[in-house]
Parts: sequence; structure tokens; C-alpha cells
Amino acid sequence: MNDAAEIARLDHVSHRYGRTVALDDVSLGLPAGRMVGVIGPDGVGKSTLLALVAGVRRIQTGEVLALGGDMAQRRHRAAQGARIAYMPQGLGRNLYPTLSVFENIDFHGRLFGQGRRERRARITDLLTATGLEPFEARPAGKLSGGMKQKLSLCCALIHDPDLLILDEPTTGVDPLSRGQFWDLIGSIRARRPGMSVVVATAYMDEASRFEWLVAMDDGRVIASGSPAELLERTAKPDMEAAFIALLPPEKQAQHQAVVLRPRPPGLDAEPAIEAEHLTRRFGRFTAVDDVSFRIGRGEIFGFLGSNGCGKSTTMKMLTGLLPATEGTARLFGWPVGSNDMETRRNVGYMSQAFSLYSELTVLQNLELHAQLYHLPPHDRPVRIRELLDRYELEPVKDARPDSLPLGIKQRLQLAVAVLHRPAMLILDEPTSGVDPIARDAFWRTLIDLSRDEGVTIFLSTHFMNEAERCDRISLMHAGKVLAVGAPADLVQERGSASLEDCFIGYLAEAAGIDREAPAGPEADLPAAAPRPGPHRHLFDPRRLWAYARRETMELLRDPIRIAFAFLGPMLLMVAFGYGISFDVEHLRFSAFDQDNSPESRQLVEAFTSSRYFSEQAPIRSAAELDERFRSGRVQIALEIPPRFGLDLQAGRVPEVAVWLDGAMPFRAETSRGYVTSLASQYAQQLVTERTGAAASGKTVSVETRFRYNQAFRSVNAMVPSVMMLLLILIPAIMSAIAVVREKETGSIANFRSTPVTKFEFLVGKQLPYILIAMISFLLLVLVALIVFDVPVKGSFIALALGTLFYVAATTGFGQFISTFMKTQVAAVFATALLSIIPAVNFSGLLVPISSLSGSARIIGLSLPPAWYQPVTAGAFTKGLPFIELAPNIAVLAGFAFLFLVLSQLLLRKQEA
Amino acid sequence: MAAPAHPARGAARSQGPAPAPLGFGTHVANVLRLIVKELRSIRADPVMLFLVLYAFSFAVVSVASGASTEARNMTIGVVDEDHSDLSRQIVSAFNPPLFKEVVPIGPDEVDPAMDTGRLVFVIDLPPRLQRDVLSGHPTSIELDVDATAMTQAGNGSVYIQTIITQEIAAFAARSERNDTAPVRVVTRAKFNPNLQTSWFTSVMQVINNITLLTVILTGAALIREREQGTVEHLLVMPLVPIEIMLAKVIANGMVILVAAGFSLLIVVEWWLGVPIAGSIALFLFGAGLYALAVAALGILLGTIATSMGQFGLLVIPVLLLMQLLSGSSTPMESMPVWLQYVVQTVSPTPHFVALAQAVLYRGAALSIVWPQLLALIALGSIYFAFALARFRRVIFGD
Repeated sequence: MNDAAEIARLDHVSHRYGRTVALDDVSLGLPAGRMVGVIGPDGVGKSTLLALVAGVRRIQTGEVLALGGDMAQRRHRAAQGARIAYMPQGLGRNLYPTLSVFENIDFHGRLFGQGRRERRARITDLLTATGLEPFEARPAGKLSGGMKQKLSLCCALIHDPDLLILDEPTTGVDPLSRGQFWDLIGSIRARRPGMSVVVATAYMDEASRFEWLVAMDDGRVIASGSPAELLERTAKPDMEAAFIALLPPEKQAQHQAVVLRPRPPGLDAEPAIEAEHLTRRFGRFTAVDDVSFRIGRGEIFGFLGSNGCGKSTTMKMLTGLLPATEGTARLFGWPVGSNDMETRRNVGYMSQAFSLYSELTVLQNLELHAQLYHLPPHDRPVRIRELLDRYELEPVKDARPDSLPLGIKQRLQLAVAVLHRPAMLILDEPTSGVDPIARDAFWRTLIDLSRDEGVTIFLSTHFMNEAERCDRISLMHAGKVLAVGAPADLVQERGSASLEDCFIGYLAEAAGIDREAPAGPEADLPAAAPRPGPHRHLFDPRRLWAYARRETMELLRDPIRIAFAFLGPMLLMVAFGYGISFDVEHLRFSAFDQDNSPESRQLVEAFTSSRYFSEQAPIRSAAELDERFRSGRVQIALEIPPRFGLDLQAGRVPEVAVWLDGAMPFRAETSRGYVTSLASQYAQQLVTERTGAAASGKTVSVETRFRYNQAFRSVNAMVPSVMMLLLILIPAIMSAIAVVREKETGSIANFRSTPVTKFEFLVGKQLPYILIAMISFLLLVLVALIVFDVPVKGSFIALALGTLFYVAATTGFGQFISTFMKTQVAAVFATALLSIIPAVNFSGLLVPISSLSGSARIIGLSLPPAWYQPVTAGAFTKGLPFIELAPNIAVLAGFAFLFLVLSQLLLRKQEA
Repeated sequence: MAAPAHPARGAARSQGPAPAPLGFGTHVANVLRLIVKELRSIRADPVMLFLVLYAFSFAVVSVASGASTEARNMTIGVVDEDHSDLSRQIVSAFNPPLFKEVVPIGPDEVDPAMDTGRLVFVIDLPPRLQRDVLSGHPTSIELDVDATAMTQAGNGSVYIQTIITQEIAAFAARSERNDTAPVRVVTRAKFNPNLQTSWFTSVMQVINNITLLTVILTGAALIREREQGTVEHLLVMPLVPIEIMLAKVIANGMVILVAAGFSLLIVVEWWLGVPIAGSIALFLFGAGLYALAVAALGILLGTIATSMGQFGLLVIPVLLLMQLLSGSSTPMESMPVWLQYVVQTVSPTPHFVALAQAVLYRGAALSIVWPQLLALIALGSIYFAFALARFRRVIFGD
């Protein structure tokens, strides 16, 4: 196998994720210029292998050579990376759902530095070749699975790669689209014979299309060679059987062939399921269009069709999960209603994705369902024991489902679905991604259930060999049922060679494609464009612009993020402006005058005349005073003792008490200040009255000047500080999300597999957020002026420039945090906490920076907000000129630079 | 065959189903089982558990002992143009912890020091101050205050005035110019005699945590089920949406209530030594009603957001708004009247804050706080009904 040149070679490569071993000492050569298939079920290490060859994952142990160089070396990857195209696993994972077909490819073209005309020409070629031309303007998220995969392929092919790596490109795609996809790859290879293609697939029946096969199991390569060689070596008729034969003996021992048994006769008298003209629309989209069928009792009825053809929607209508827009469904003669509990007790349902509680153990999941289906208490343990035995779950009963292999998880789902002994099972793709041995075991249980217990089974599948095991099948496409019948009858009816061929025939007919002219649009492919010269720049503004442009487009199409960006700051500014106020006014004041003399009334008068107090009805008893405080109806009370007037006249210095509501200490403290000055005014007034002149020691007055804020309005001080808080909180969260979102949706793969540099990626993604932050800054200035009447008194230029550097720093801060985060929700909360805590506590919002000491001061000064708050306060309230704010502005610019450098250092171009 | 062949239920069904025995008891049983499930889910999420534990213990302590609106460490500068015994005596009266060390400055340094925010207070002691005081000649001392430092400016200037007046009075007294005020005014603070900020902030932190964590926990529980697809699974079972929602609301609300109760008893009362005046049971009753309302809000937000990330973006502004405008940061009466009406109509939080302050600080009883309880019940029901309607619609995909 070393005869031909190798496009890639792996030497003793091992890879693990935590304690899971993905690749176990793999050594392998992949021939150049060929179409290489990597086959095996889910979770055997196919994706890891491909990612290592593509250079998007960091090599842990061993050596990977590709395109004649060591993929561990950054220089090799930078130089040769542009010759590789990588399409990650999952439908449209490297696409941006809100961007149109054209915009998606255009973005990829820009990443490779192609000019406008070159891009246009290439995109037109690719769209014509793939038949996507009519959908140029459609958002990628609204394409069918097959179309998404074609679009992904277009994106991968935009730069004429020499090595094309496709990770499960046809999983979840209907057989017709699958065929078209492979034809397309074939014609591209015909056009560029030198191109090597490496494909991973879980469909064994696709294996015959490849020129070279690598069969994998449990992180190891169990065989490689041409398909013919492998079939010959194992002496099996098809690849699936050959694959089982290649497995290690102990695994093969678990395998038992599926034996079909005929249904007992006489069960078709009354149908188990009857669907009549079922239709379901979502808005203007018709997911299921006038579907009718009957399923007999005990029948195994298979539903075939591509992702998004309406299978799942039909199943949900039958379970009552979704109400039908039109038509009726009957189960055992009774109409299905969404609130019909009795129907639900007769149905067991297994949804497409694993949907049991991963936080509960296997046993707890079973118990929960036993309870919710109201199994009699004495029956529960018996039934659960029975199921644990029958589905071989006993050894894992205390494990959480997450830690189990897919095959066992599916068995658990089936056990849960049959737990309440339903007369019918509705199973949505129960075997998707499960390895062949586990799949056969699963089918044996299904056949037992159907034949021995008369359970009606309604399931959907992508596998043709499973479809052949069904009593009858229904072919579905674009919401319509194309054909119903026994598999053999359908094949015979159409005169097809196989069920797959038959299905494709129906699909092609429905789509109006003439299969007799397979030349199709692919034949029109133009000759390969001249290869772009090897001009690989370290910095290319076009790539940076590609990211900035795309980020902006995506953002503008996401209402939640746009609302957060613009509405968020303004709403919060209003809330902070009104909500955090240190103005203490309208204090509820009441007098408890036990003297009622002219002197006491004069004292009360002194208090009630204060503009801070609002006078309440007088208090008449000590108990009432207590009671009024307790209910919060009084916040300040003046208690004047009996004989106050007499004592005063006699010069005996009577004592009056002022009670404050201490529940809110700041308010109480401020009211105490008011009381102190009122009391001293009153005293002075008395002295003046008595002696006729301001004779005594009150010759010295303290004149307080409230600078910058003469009216001493809280809002004048709060608005600039709040601006500091909001312009870190919102921009940092948004820019953090921007990066983490790509990690979560998988489009980060484009950053990893294209020549874009870390700097271009970071700055490109940062620019839109700086722009947005500057717009919301202007809006905030308007809110300050219009709502709170707080104008900019000082240099607006200094404020604007300081803000520009500040938001550059805060968006950089967000990106810096994002390098540690994996999920959006973690990024949101972590960024919120990390920005709110220092901004509120250590940056002059509550406590002036000059009053901070120790660690609080260090934390404050090592983050941008503490440097920006003096700029806003200076420009808004203090009316300072540019020159006085210049030092702070310079420090902010330093922070912007610092965070960019830090993010660059921490961001990894390769996945771990 | 391991399973005993059960009678073909379809055959029985074809005779027509017995009317479904879905009494009230069945619903209650379902809700109880689902509550157990929710509690198990919470227990299996170490991050959330840690968050709840941390928020109700260390976060409360750190807020109580950290950021404070008590005036402390105030920066003060003095322009001493008198250089007399009196002026030195006044300067020496400004001491820690209330003040940082006094910074002596020249008259021309005042503006830069205040512009840059180095000093918040500057006192200008005029020339001939001592002589004027002794001779009874009227004079004035200027106090410049940086009024952008809101937490310090107001109270700080009152302290400084008082200190100066006292020092001058004491100085004058020594020089035989006796002068006593004709009335003695004593201020006493009820419920918090020493006006310690921590008494206020610790309890308010517990209250804010109840809002924050109930919304996040409940919303996240719903979104997790939506993302995992387990909600669908619940809906094919013989359950109705209200059971699912009630279980979430009750289970998450209960966890928060228990944590809040412990936090008040152990962290606030025992650890921080803050006395709690009223009945904790009454408070928890109110908190229970409140938790139902905000848990419904969490469900509501969980139906609007389709992913955890979106949920995060939605929940942060909503929570900040609710908290800031609730009266737990600054008094309700400081807000414009129209805004008070708006938040009291829209949000349950101000009612709960009012209730909590009344019960926990002032020891108010049911006879006083019943209007707040009624408001909580009314708003809670509206929230719950609205959330349920959305929950049904979103999950059923209409």
C-alpha cells in the first residue's frame, strides 16, 4: 500500500479527550490523487483523524505528515494550509445560517484573498455545477439538508484545494441528494484529477464508491485497502457484513443475525394507525402535505425520507405532540387529540436525538417514567427489573446516560418507550449513528415486540437494509408521501435493482429530474481556473474585512443581539439614573408634640419647613410612634417632651429626640445631617431672638460649595459613572459572545482551516462591536441630555476619543474572556460578573477612586473602567478641557492594545 | 420471552376507552413526581449548586463587608492660611477611618487636585481665623466639595462642618467664651442604632439573590429541557403542560427558599451578627409567593430565548432593571412618581422588597404587610398565567 505517492501519513498517532481515547496508536498512509473513505460507526475516531490531517486539531502524540510536511509545524501549516479544504461534520456546520447562499461562499472567497470579479466568476461556476443557482439569495439556514451540504462543499471548493477533507458529508441527507453529492464530487475530480479527497462516512453502503477504504473501530484502524480487496478478504457480499467480519472476534461474538418472521395473520381488520389527509403548516411553510396511510396492528411500518422531509413532524402529530393543521389521525380508531391522556398511555415514543434525562441515572429514568405512566406501585419494580434484564441494562443501571455509548443509550430509550406496555411504538430514527452490531441487536428486539406481543411499530430510518426489514414502508419527500407498500413490492413495481434505486427513482420523479441524462449541469463545469499564486501574506486587510463584514451582517439579522446592543444600554441608563439615587427627599416626617406650647410649635415649624420633609399627621402616643415606624408610614419623628416650653424659658436646656428609620442606613445618615443643621439653625434663631443679635460663638460660618454639581443632584454624578459601567458591560458581553458563538455553532472551523490569522480574526470580529458601542455611546449622550438634563460641559472631543479607546479596550476584554469560555451562557455570565464587580465597586461609581486602598485600589487601577470614569466625570460634570484628560486617554489606548495582545496569545488556531 | 405476554391492549381499546381517570389527585401526584425529578436535576448540576451556595453565603458576606455607602476613607485637603493653634487643632481633628490623612496644599493647588479627583474635600482656613474667633469678629471657612462623589459629598460635608464647629467651640470654650445651645437635640435611629451599612446590604443581597437565582434556575431548567429535547418526551406522556410548569416553578422556588432561609439564619444573623427583627416564617411565606412569580418570569424568558446564550442576553438587562428599580438599592421615594407607579404595576419586586424591609428590619406583622402579599398574589397569578400560555404555545409550536 505504499506504492503510490501519499498525500498524508500518520505515524503512531494517539489522541484522547480527557479519559476517552479517540485514536489509539494509529499508523496509516493515505494515497494521493484518490478518493479515500474512512468508514465506521459514530465515535470511533473518524472525525479526530480527519481533523488532525486537516491541521485543525493539535497533535497530541505521534506524527502527522500532509502535503509533504509536518502538520505539527506552524510554518508548514501556514504555507500549505490554503491547499487544504476541510468540511466539518454536521449539516452546514461551517455555514452561517442567516447569510444567503451567495454571501456564505463569498465570505470564504474573501478569506482566500480573491478579488470581486474572481469571486463572482467562481461562485457562479460552483452554483451552476451544484444546481444551487436558483437559491442564491436564500439564507443557508432555510436550505434542506442536501442543499446545505452542497453549499458547504461550494465553500470548501472556492479556492481549488489539493486536498479535500469531508467529514460525514452525507449523514442525514436523502438518497437522491446523496447520489447527486457523490456525482458532483466525481465531476470535480474529473476536472482536477490531481485532487485528493478524504471522506468519513457512517453509511457502509456508500463504501463501494471509494477507491480506497480505511475501516475504523474503537480508535483503531481495523483494515485498509480497496473495497474489492476488503470484500475478497472477508468473503462477504456487502460492506456492512464485511465490516462486522473485520471487527475483533470478541465483538463479532456479540453479533446475531436478524431473523425476520412473518406476521401472524388476521390482524389487519382494524388499523392501529389511520392518518387521513394530515397537513401541518408552520407559518407559510408546509411541512407535511396531505399525508394518508393505514398501519395494521403488529405491523412494522418504516418511514423513509431525508432530513426535513416531514417524517418527524408526522410522527409528532401522531403522538399528539403537534396538532394537525388539517386532516385527522386515529389511533386504534380514536382520534388523536393533543390532550388525550388515554392515547398517550397507548403510545411509546422515542425521539430522534437522545432525549432522556442525562442528569438522572438509568434506573432513575426508568423509575420516573414508571411513575408518570402510573404503573401500579407493586408492578413498578417488577417491570423495571424485567426491562433491565431484557435490554441488558443491569450493569449500567446506576450510570448516567451521558457516559454510555450510543448503542446502550438507544436501548435505554427503547426500554423507556415500552415501559408502560404501549400497544404502539413511534420511533424516530432510533438507529442513527449506532454501530452495525448494536443496530442488529436493536432490530431483534423490535421484531420480538411486533411478532410476540403484537406491538405496532412505526419508525423512521435512513438505512436501506433496515427499510427492507419492515413489513411496509412509506417513502416521503418534501412533506408528501411518494409511495407506500411492502419493500419487495415497491422494488418490483418500479422494476428497480434495489430498494435504494427504487427510492431514488421516486425522488427524482418527484423533483422532476431526468435520471437518464446524468450529465446534468455538472458537465458544464468550466476548466479549472488558474491556480492563485503562492502569495501568502502575514497580514491581509481583505481577510480582516471579510470577518468584519460578515460579523456585521450576521449581527444585523439577529434581533435579540441587536436589541441587546442598542436598547439594552438606553434602558439600563434610565434605570440606573432613576434607580441609583443618593438624593434623599420626601422623607415622611411626623411630630410627637407632648407639650403643645408656642415654643414647641415653633420647633415643629422649623422641621416642617424643610424642603426634604413631607409632613404627615402628628403622632399622639408613644405606641403610635412605634406602630407608625413599624409600618414605614413615618421615617423621621420629632419627639418633644412635656414642659418643653417651660424648661426652655427657664433656661434648663430641654432635650428633644429625633427618631430616624434606620432600615436604610444611607437614607438615615443623610436625614441625620438634615436634622443636625435644622437643629443648629433653630438654636441660632432662638439665641438671636433672645439676645437680639448674633452675639455668641457663632461668629464662624462654614460655607460649603458643591463644586461641579451646584444643585447637588445625584443624577449629575450618576450618569457619567453609569456610562462607564454600561460601556464595559454590553460591549464586552457582545464581543465575548461573538467568538464563543462560533465555537458553539462550529463555524470556528473556518478560522481554523483557512489562512486567516489570529490578528485578522480578532480585529475583524472586534471592529463591528466598537462601531456599535460608539453608536450606543452617542445615544447615551443624548439620553443624558434629554432625559436627565446632563449636558457635556467639557471637551466632547476628549470624551469621544476616550470612549473610542475605552470601548476598544472593553471589547478586547470580552475577547480575552472568550478565549477561556466554551459556551455562550458561560461567556455571558462570566463577562457580566467580571465587568460589573470592578466597575461598580472599584471604579468610582460608589466610592471615589481616591478613597480606595489596598487590593481594591490595585484591582480598580488594573482595569480600564477606573481610568475611564475620570474622563466621563471630567467631560460631563467637571467641564474639563482635553489636555487635562489626555493622560487617562493614553492609558485607555494602552489597555486596548494590551487586551488585543493577550487575546492573540491565548487564542488557539488549532483545537485541542 | 421475559415479559409476560400482556393482553393486547389494542383489543381492549377497540371496545372504547374507559373515561380517563384524571382526577385532581392524579395531577397532584404527577406534579410531586416531577418535582422530585427537578430536584434530582438540580442536584446533578454542580455549577448551579455552587452558584446558589456561593451567592447565599460568601457573596452575602463580601457585599456586606465590601462596597459600602458609609462614608469612609474620605480624602481631604487643607489650605491653612492662618498657621495658628486653632488651625492646627482643626486639621488634627480629621482622623481615620472617616478620613484619610489630611493633605496640606497651597491655594493654587486646589483646582488641579479636585479636577483630577485626587481630593474630594478641600477646606480653606482663612488668615486671622484664630484672632477673629477670639475677638468674636464674624468670619467664614470655605469648604469645597467634589459633588460628583455622591456617596461622600453630602454626609461628608455635614461631618466636616460638625467637626469644625465643635473644634472652634472647644477652642472658644477654653478661652472662656462659654456658649451652650438652648436645646439639646438627640437623634436616635430605630431598627439599626449605629446605622451600619452591612445590616442593610446583607439582607438586600439575600433578596436580590432570590430574584436572580430563581429566574436563572427556572429559565435554565426549561431551556436545558428544550435543548435536550426532553420536554417533548414529557409531552408525549400522560401529563399536561401546567403540571410540568408547576413542578419546575415549585422545585426551583423551593430550593431558593431553603437557601434563602439558611442564608438569613446562618449567614446574616449568626455569621454577620445582623439582628432580624421580624418573623422569618412570615418573610419566607412572602418569599414563596414572590418566588412563584419570578419563577414564572424565568419560564417566560425561557420560552422567548431558544438557546442558553440568548437566555443570558435576555436575562441580564431584565434582572438589572428589576433590581435597580425595586427600592433595594436606593429608596423607592427617590424615583419620579410616574416611575414608581410603573414599576409597582409591572414588577413584583418592589412589593417584595417593601415586605422584606418591613418584616426583617422593622418587625412588621401580617396586619401591616397584607397589602404587599395581595400585590404579590395578584402579580404572581398574572405572570404565571402569561408564562403558561406562552409555554403551551411555544412547546406546541404554534
